[in-house]
Amino acid sequence: MKRRKFDLAATPGKAAVGVDDRFAVATPLRKLLNKVFPDHWSFLLGEIALFSFVVLLLTGVFLTLFYEPAMTEVVYDGSYAPLQGTPMSAAYASSLDLSFDVRGGLVMRQMHHWAALLFMAAIVVHMLRVFFTGAFRKPRETNWIIGSLLFWVGFLAGFTGYSLPDDGLSGTGLRIASAIMLSIPVIGSWVTSSIFGGEFPGTIIISRFFIAHVLLIPGLLLALISVHLGLVFKQKHTQWPGPGRTNNNVVGERMFPRYALKQGGFFMVVFGVIALMGGLFQINPIWLFGPYEAWVVSAASQPDWYVMFLDGSTRLMPAWEINIPLGDGYVIPPLFWPTVVLPGILVGLSTMYPFLEARHLKDRKSHNLLERPRDAPARTAVGAMAVSFYVVLTLSGANDVIADKFQISLNAMTWAGRVGLLVVPPIAYYITYRLCLGLQQHDREVLAHGVETGIIRRMPDGQFVEVHQPLSAQNGHADGHGQLEYVGWVVPKKMNRLGALGPAIRGFFYPIEKPAEAPVSPGHPPVEARPEREEIGSGESRR
Amino acid sequence: MSTHTEHQASQGPEPLDVNDPKLTRFDIVREGARRDDIEIVHYEPQVLPGTKAERRLTRVVAGFFLLTGLAATAFMVIYIAWPWQYEPGRGGDKFYTPLLGFTLGIALLAVGFGILTWGKKLLPKEVSIQDRHEGQVDSEGRTITGQTMLYMADELGVKRRPLLGISLLAGLAPVGAVLAAPLVGGLISQPHKNNQMFTTGFATAEGGERIRLVREDGRPVRPADISAGGQLTVFPGIDHGVSNKHADSPTLLIHLRDSDAQESRRANEKIGHGDYMWGNYAAFSKICTHAGCPASLYEQQTNRLLCPCHQSQFLITNNAKPIFGPASRRLPQLPIEVDSEGFFVAKSDYTETVGPDFWERP
Repeated sequence: MKRRKFDLAATPGKAAVGVDDRFAVATPLRKLLNKVFPDHWSFLLGEIALFSFVVLLLTGVFLTLFYEPAMTEVVYDGSYAPLQGTPMSAAYASSLDLSFDVRGGLVMRQMHHWAALLFMAAIVVHMLRVFFTGAFRKPRETNWIIGSLLFWVGFLAGFTGYSLPDDGLSGTGLRIASAIMLSIPVIGSWVTSSIFGGEFPGTIIISRFFIAHVLLIPGLLLALISVHLGLVFKQKHTQWPGPGRTNNNVVGERMFPRYALKQGGFFMVVFGVIALMGGLFQINPIWLFGPYEAWVVSAASQPDWYVMFLDGSTRLMPAWEINIPLGDGYVIPPLFWPTVVLPGILVGLSTMYPFLEARHLKDRKSHNLLERPRDAPARTAVGAMAVSFYVVLTLSGANDVIADKFQISLNAMTWAGRVGLLVVPPIAYYITYRLCLGLQQHDREVLAHGVETGIIRRMPDGQFVEVHQPLSAQNGHADGHGQLEYVGWVVPKKMNRLGALGPAIRGFFYPIEKPAEAPVSPGHPPVEARPEREEIGSGESRR
Repeated sequence: MSTHTEHQASQGPEPLDVNDPKLTRFDIVREGARRDDIEIVHYEPQVLPGTKAERRLTRVVAGFFLLTGLAATAFMVIYIAWPWQYEPGRGGDKFYTPLLGFTLGIALLAVGFGILTWGKKLLPKEVSIQDRHEGQVDSEGRTITGQTMLYMADELGVKRRPLLGISLLAGLAPVGAVLAAPLVGGLISQPHKNNQMFTTGFATAEGGERIRLVREDGRPVRPADISAGGQLTVFPGIDHGVSNKHADSPTLLIHLRDSDAQESRRANEKIGHGDYMWGNYAAFSKICTHAGCPASLYEQQTNRLLCPCHQSQFLITNNAKPIFGPASRRLPQLPIEVDSEGFFVAKSDYTETVGPDFWERP
């Protein structure tokens, strides 16, 4: 029998042909490899959220292997001496074991917690980017709504996860959550009793939160994230205006290899930062809080940061109880407004915003080019208003700590929050609006008159003027204004941006390449030997 | 699609024959991109092969990858060999988690920066332009799909045979209910079973003995145990009285000073609670009427009780009425006295609802 020749080099090619014969993937794969992505640093904020989510899944699976979602009472006999012999729930005991008796368990637990905080933070910052650049406009309203929902589902994921260790701090949070559910008019007590399986705390809530936290909510998150990314892919990413960029194209890099490499590298960096934080920065030291006991709480009980705005709204709410004198009498507790109604309004407003804005501006066009925040002053000002509202609430969520650390009266802090919540947002709106207009005006000014050079020239009549470098040959002071149109992108405002500074020589200890010939700056005339001094005359002749 | 190919063709050169042996690999790449409506308009190597810059960048990337290996090895060594079991005091285990996080973080960061340097510095820079097909509505496609769907509706004949549609809807509605029933039916739980929302652990059984106030360790409390101006958290002296099973029962027993006690008694009499105090002792529910946190910060000088969760403040000498913050209802007072053996007992259960407010609270 003739021996078959085996050509190692041809194997991948043959395998590829074999795969394509069966699945016909060559053309779709080419389209994927070729897809063009625009690049800007602000586009990677959402990816931080995505990568944190991956870290959450990885570390979370590890944690489930050791965590026991049960409220049965056990006596702790693990290696953390200060709590030995303390009766506690099995959930808390297993969380302690995860921290002390599982090798490397604490670093995983802390990474999980930090990744969750980073996930929420990245979502918020990404949302701000999308809002302030107008990326939510048609055709991307659906993705904006999905993104807003992701925040709230992430909020639920965070809260259920935070409650699982059943420690003193999270139990207090759970107590407040039960009171919030109780406060809903008409059905409140039924909702609470159904979720907790009876009166608070009952014996089942941890098991229910566990299945919600490890299956239902992550499933929902995964589904929403998939649709979110799928839509970004299908609708193609927005881009900033710039040379050659139109509403009808995408200018950037093809996905492979450079863009994908950068994404992969960035994932590793995010993962690495979370690992550093998980190891070096302590988070949620549950062993210091003790088991949850309904009668124990410490001052400065604070939730995770993304819950603080609701805590703040609860603290600021005046004690307005609504009594309905029918039969035995019915009550709408003050807790209902800041914790149920306010989030409801926030969800409604944020999801509806793209439609409200389009309706207000009668704008039915598709927008693939982003807007600089200054070019949409009303939107930017509304955003600033929302941010300041949120910041006042979040600070009020820590008002007892601020009062304590800065020696301010606690009641004064509460009143400052109440007043600030109403006063600060309108001020933020006004200031932001004026700032936007000012920035717009300055852009136009530079386009019309040129860049400030910092060179002061003394005129013959003694007057000092600053020399401006016109941005195009046609304009400048000589023949009027408006030669250059504003195109919605950065206007150079410094001579360095125009090449007045020679290119930097690269290399730390010694130059790694021959410095390029320094271009002749348009700002400065080439330096020449000083001409012979002239006698100072009337000045007219030198003009 | 057809209009679009023309559009591209008019711009660029004729479509290439990719089997032409004269083509370079990049020519084929560019042709592939062109077929996806992508024009590679700029493609420029950042480092030239064989230059000092290339060698230096290669060394940097390789250095990053080797650092990863080093840090990962360090992680493994620490994971296996470092003392990790908790011991009181400042043992080596204190550094176990930080060292793991540090080495893991360095390993991941180094591989990340290695890849980033490779991608950003060593690969050629490019600018490609892809067409979005924005505004190029495929109206023919819309018509065809729309008509196909309408045709399907026609075939089903719901319009001609309305009974089908109506009966289907009528049939499906209960099926929806059937799907929801197990979930709702399984979860739902009567909130007023055993009158649980209006009673606490201090409720006496029919003709039973009055319930003692006990400390956290279960010992009953004598008046002499609390000095004037002091306070103590007490629980119902029943099975599981000191546990989360009776989460609404924790009570704050306060020994008021004489003048405060007089003021407190007067306030009690005003609302018909004249016999709730025993001597200078008063007992109030510790569960905040706002959100259910334990209102546990007692300021002796002002007789104010502060809830640390949302800063509601209650004035103990005025029936624990809320005087600041979001709480709208006073803390319920437990009527107390001292039994024949000299221990505090509850005369009866709380006469007002304990804990956070809800709709049907009378």
